[in-house]
Amino acid sequence: MAQDRNKARQSQVIDDNLKRVYQDMLEQKVPDRFLDLLSQLKGQQDDENHGDSK
Amino acid sequence: MSDDPRDEIVEHLPALRAFALSLTRNGALADDMVQDSLVKAWTKIDSYQPGTNMRAWLFTILRNTYYSNRRKAGREVADVDGIHTASLSEKPAHDGRLQMNDFHIAFAKLNDEQREALILVGASGFSYEEAAEMCGVAIGTIKSRTNRARARLAELMHLDMDDALEMTDGATLAVISGNRTASVG
Repeated sequence: MAQDRNKARQSQVIDDNLKRVYQDMLEQKVPDRFLDLLSQLKGQQDDENHGDSK
Repeated sequence: MSDDPRDEIVEHLPALRAFALSLTRNGALADDMVQDSLVKAWTKIDSYQPGTNMRAWLFTILRNTYYSNRRKAGREVADVDGIHTASLSEKPAHDGRLQMNDFHIAFAKLNDEQREALILVGASGFSYEEAAEMCGVAIGTIKSRTNRARARLAELMHLDMDDALEMTDGATLAVISGNRTASVG
């Protein structure tokens, strides 16, 4: 059916665009605030570990 | 070498932000959500089963954060970028690549659940099974959400290609050609 073929092609076009948009978002630089946050969380945890070392 | 699974979280940051952006369509909101999710993930690492898909686990935390904020804030999240009310004006180029802006606008018009399903399955490469588990719904629900999302996008983007063009009804043509002048500017 032409209709089915067309539908498949529509899905293809949509997914191509979707992946393009998503890829653009993936390639954005991660702001430093998140890396800072992670190292801060890690630092807290290290402190705690040292605190109750037995 | 540490075997703390939390050391892996950093590798998933770009994907987590991309997912947050797709849900919120708002950079500031997305980053706040990522921040909340990171703290939650860090403190609830015990609920992560080593060896399973960490990205799926992080995405689940993020989407739960999003939906719980949405519940608190009332049904509709603020349309800060004005994207909901913007209109599409152009048909796709012949190679099917849409104007980026047009795709963003069409994408923003999907409801949250449809957008989420499409991003998980169509863009992030999760299986229907994984997406269903992350969203806490049946596999069939995820399938029907992605199908409806695709159909809606096709409609919004006027993807009436080739032989489908002759099936385009008058109403659709009216939407394509008619009163599309307002709002931008």
